[in-house]
Amino acid sequence: MTDHAETEGVDGIHGVKTLVSDLSTDQEAFKQVHWGKVMMWIFLLSDTFVFSCFLTSYMTMRSSTTIPWPNTSEVFSLTVFGTSVPLLLIAIMTFILITSSGTMALAVNYGYRRDRRKTFFLMLATALLGASFVGMQAFEWTKLIEEGVRPWGNHFGAPQFGASFFMITGFHGLHVSIGVIYLLTIAFKVLKGDYEKKGNYEVVEIAGLYWHFVDLVWVFIFAFFYLW
Amino acid sequence: MAHETPEPATEAAADHANEHGLHPLGVYFKIWILLFVLSACSYYVDWAGFEGFTRWTLIVIFMFLKAGFIVAVFMHMMWERMLLILAILAPPLLLIGLVGIMVLESEYTFWTRVIFFGLFEG
Repeated sequence: MTDHAETEGVDGIHGVKTLVSDLSTDQEAFKQVHWGKVMMWIFLLSDTFVFSCFLTSYMTMRSSTTIPWPNTSEVFSLTVFGTSVPLLLIAIMTFILITSSGTMALAVNYGYRRDRRKTFFLMLATALLGASFVGMQAFEWTKLIEEGVRPWGNHFGAPQFGASFFMITGFHGLHVSIGVIYLLTIAFKVLKGDYEKKGNYEVVEIAGLYWHFVDLVWVFIFAFFYLW
Repeated sequence: MAHETPEPATEAAADHANEHGLHPLGVYFKIWILLFVLSACSYYVDWAGFEGFTRWTLIVIFMFLKAGFIVAVFMHMMWERMLLILAILAPPLLLIGLVGIMVLESEYTFWTRVIFFGLFEG
């Protein structure tokens, strides 16, 4: 196979050559890429646009409102030992999600090494971290609802704050929840040895892509919604 | 979308191992630590109380660095073929247009509210 000679890479002219030859061969364009991985990437691309629509509408609401936007630093502060720490819960949630991304990356690696036990336990750890993230989000929602934040108004400032908050974090939380179920499913299938027959552990990487995407979206939510 | 022709299982596995599995684990740990540091930095931006242009610039820089490392290393994008990279990373550039349009639109809405309804409180 001559294709093997020109493998992956972003190295300039060589990359352009593979691009042209891939697109001009009148057959499949995404060579040496598992079809499931291509499909997952295309799904994630479409999901990128969904989240972008939410974040863009949030930007539009925030910059067109005539009432000051609530100070997220204060709204999302937690009181620990009598002192108010801004964005404490959000910071913890951010670190949890990054940790889960790390364990997922290791799980993918051990999958390709065909170490089923390590893959299983790392995926399980990822799912548990994800579940704890959702738990903290539920706590945050409860706290804000008790403080009187509603999708149509709140006493901190602009009424659009509630709508943006519940929509954006809710949709992200839904993604995390689905991801937890997805990861657990794949993890148990790995443990059972369902992928041994074909020796094909791309499924773990595909699940990993989804999970890293969830983390990726949080990076943008953290920056634009909580820190801005 | 390869692998439609059946290959011997062991050969396929070896192929995959060569393509992905043998990235040394160290790469992931380094990126992991880097992501922690970058998150701590962006949290510090709020903690230190930077305001205005400094704040937004720092937030956006840390955000794009984090996003870039996640996509490039954790999602293996830097080891993919250029066609896949372009097919996935080029379309989101359209969002610059959407954001631009909506910034103009929101300015218009804001001044409409201020001028015709006298709603300014800030």
